[in-house]
Amino acid sequence: MIKFEINGRSVSVDADPDTPLLWAIRDEIGLTGTKFGCGIGMCGACTVHVGGRATRSCITPLSAVADTEITTIEGLDAEANHPVQEAWRNLRVPQCGYCQSGQIMQAASLLQDIPEPTDDDIDAVMTGNLCRCMTYPRIRQAVRDAATAMNGAQDNG
Amino acid sequence: MGNKLLTRLTGSDKPAEMNRRGFLVSMTAAGVAFGFPRTSSAAMDPAAADGVPVSSNGETFEPTLWYWIDSDGRVNVNIIRAEMGQHVGTAIARILADELEVAWEDVSITHVDTAEKWGTMVTGGSWSVWQSWPVYRQAGAAGRTALIEAAAAQWGVDAATCTARDGTVTDGTNTITYAELVSAGLERSFTEDELKALPLKPHSELRLVGKDVTALDIENKTNGKAIYGLDAKVDGMVYAVPMIPPTRLGSSVASIDDSGAKGVKGYLQTLALEDPSGTVPGWVVVLGTSLMAAKWASEAVDVTWNAGDTAAVTEVDINARSRELIADGASGGILATETPDTAAAFDTAADVLEAEYVTQTVLHFQLEPVNATVFQNEDGIWEIHTGNQWQSLIMPTLSAALEAPADKIVMRTYMLGGGFGRRLNGDYTIPAALTSKALGGKPVKLVFMREDDAKFDSPRSPSVQKLRMAFDGDNKVVGMEHHAAAGWPTGVMVPSFMPKGVNGEPYDPFAIDGADHWYTVGAHQVRAISNDLANKTFRPGWLRSVGPGWTNFAVESFMDEAAQKAGVDPLEFRLQHLKAEGYNAGSAPNAVGGASRQAAVLEKVAKMSGYGSSDLPADTAIGIATTFGQSRSMPTWTAGAVQLHVDRETGELDVQKMWLAFDCGTVVDPDSALAQCEGAALWGLSMALYEGTKIEDGNVEDRNLGTYTPLRMIDTPEMEISFVESTEVPVGLGEPGTTVIAPAIANAIYNAVGARMRHLPIKPDDILSALKA
Repeated sequence: MIKFEINGRSVSVDADPDTPLLWAIRDEIGLTGTKFGCGIGMCGACTVHVGGRATRSCITPLSAVADTEITTIEGLDAEANHPVQEAWRNLRVPQCGYCQSGQIMQAASLLQDIPEPTDDDIDAVMTGNLCRCMTYPRIRQAVRDAATAMNGAQDNG
Repeated sequence: MGNKLLTRLTGSDKPAEMNRRGFLVSMTAAGVAFGFPRTSSAAMDPAAADGVPVSSNGETFEPTLWYWIDSDGRVNVNIIRAEMGQHVGTAIARILADELEVAWEDVSITHVDTAEKWGTMVTGGSWSVWQSWPVYRQAGAAGRTALIEAAAAQWGVDAATCTARDGTVTDGTNTITYAELVSAGLERSFTEDELKALPLKPHSELRLVGKDVTALDIENKTNGKAIYGLDAKVDGMVYAVPMIPPTRLGSSVASIDDSGAKGVKGYLQTLALEDPSGTVPGWVVVLGTSLMAAKWASEAVDVTWNAGDTAAVTEVDINARSRELIADGASGGILATETPDTAAAFDTAADVLEAEYVTQTVLHFQLEPVNATVFQNEDGIWEIHTGNQWQSLIMPTLSAALEAPADKIVMRTYMLGGGFGRRLNGDYTIPAALTSKALGGKPVKLVFMREDDAKFDSPRSPSVQKLRMAFDGDNKVVGMEHHAAAGWPTGVMVPSFMPKGVNGEPYDPFAIDGADHWYTVGAHQVRAISNDLANKTFRPGWLRSVGPGWTNFAVESFMDEAAQKAGVDPLEFRLQHLKAEGYNAGSAPNAVGGASRQAAVLEKVAKMSGYGSSDLPADTAIGIATTFGQSRSMPTWTAGAVQLHVDRETGELDVQKMWLAFDCGTVVDPDSALAQCEGAALWGLSMALYEGTKIEDGNVEDRNLGTYTPLRMIDTPEMEISFVESTEVPVGLGEPGTTVIAPAIANAIYNAVGARMRHLPIKPDDILSALKA
């Protein structure tokens, strides 16, 4: 049994410790917002937060996440209103939408690490996430908008 | 082994199995056993978190099969197109709601499951809005007419004195809502002839079409709730992964040894599929209680195949065959251009320009790998849970594979994690169906790992094209020939769809569209040639823009080459030949204006980009290109310009900016239209510079992102996109943006450093070689 917290809930998973976290999240825990794209950590569709760090769940074995705190797209914000999600909706970023959970999780992590990213910062980090619909121009702008919104909120607070 | 598996799948055995499998403890209470599989919701309403479509309340009024209105005044619009990023249901529902005169807030959509009554279910060709426009307008007008007539009858007034707006009818004195009219009971249906005779609103009265809206599927694509095929869940399902034989066709299983897999926890069994439909010959599937159990077991299963005769075929072989066929003047179908006989023009020409263009194999690499979940439900119906673009094409194949009549099969609807044409070919449902069939209808979820998805792709065929142009003594164009050889998707998948050329030979329009351009060039021969070696080595696919993705690379590169030869600026040269006369005059309703509209978008993009300005830095230039999108029968007038810098030392390109101009007639959903054009243009860039694989040993060489490298954000340039205002018929936008980018890039490279690139993708080494030549 491997125990960890996911979206604030304690869970125990009794699966092979080599099972990629992705499939435990999707098929054992039943949270399907996290997606499978390449299986080798190069598309980013499976991105979740482990201990607050953006992590490719398709290449992270269950054994590596014992006693950690994991956040998936479903738990990023209770009302699905994280500034990144809000920016994504305002700019109507998604097309097919399949990569967007991973994009949003990666962007949220980016803005936690670099609250005021330059365009080069955004490109450097987000280039690890493939969008086959090629929504890159809108993702880039949405990250900028989310950064502005989050900084504004901090300034006001 | 089969019996063991069946026992495991029975309801009585399930709780024990779940404990043994070690399902999440907190989840087991919910996992009670059912006599028959209970399924998760499909994704019929993309605005609902659970995908469940809205149900009607009280009385309903259903003037046509495309929608109902209930006694609350809610409108549900039935959508037969797949949602794969176009926000297609929103656009179609807006068309209907506009004519019906209802408030957008009262509209829901349902992406329907397959049924005979829907007619042909296909989502491709950039056709959806174009095909839906007349149908859903008429449907909306039918409802409006019936509701107004019912209100007028109630008031004893002439219906002509009444108007409808926001779901309410008024004659100036009385008012009544659609909800009230429907509650009171309303029956009225329309014949096809009556529908066609209904008055449609003039453009000036359109209230939703052309106005900004947030598509209904956006929200659930930002919170993880959108439901894709890979998210399908059926109680008691087992997982399967395929073991794909060495050749696409003609392989058979010699032996299977699964002894190595027996120790893999959760391994169930290995099946050699028997396929009466002939879709997946020689396939083996490995079953497990979890996906990884099946995957790990498959790595320990030893299968020996007798390979088919394409096991050693390479891309070089396929292109050699294309050249052989092009050289054989008797091969292929010749299109019905105005003057397809070019013999005289070339015999008497003062000069002839000739060039060959080659494009490599391209993968779809839609981000959701293909998958399907299949079982037989308690009514004996086979349920196919998957995202698909052409249900009507694969249903007969499913019927053959399952040996069940089509009315015993239903395809349930899911969001598609990318389509791009891959899911027009529903072949990936067949191994899942055969596996479930072999298990007596038990639920099976078959997932292609990424490498399997790529290997089993229906890729864009490699192509070889030879273009020729005849000039008279004054350097005027008097003839043109375009000979294009490639694998033919339609030829392989639906040969009955192929028209016949003027020489009586059938041809695949999707593999030649674009070559039959709107330039007036005198005698013009367009010859489409099927590459038989490609066709038997792999399944040629329809991939975003299909033929126009390669034919226009040739045509529009060649126009620059011809302009150069004629000593005329490439923009001016094109405009001289885009004359709306004769064959290129255009016709109603789809191509009003003909070549003049193509000339207009070209001039527009030239202006937007500042094409021809001489103040760019060294080795930096703009190239242009123009196309008519997908086909002469539905032209989307398209033009593109790309500015780039060439590094002469490394051959690296810096693509700095792309401009595009479109005339697609009426724009229905402006922001979704823009999004499609952005994505299509970047696909064009990706295929021009970053993608491209090769056939090696009968299969695609690149199977994952380690070596297959689509465009990423860091290489995404700035874009400026403009639409011509128009009230003409709305035509497609999913693909046309793809078609202009590669030739515009090739032309820009030539303008920057004088190197002519005639091969896609364009790699730095190729540029260096061309610079040295």
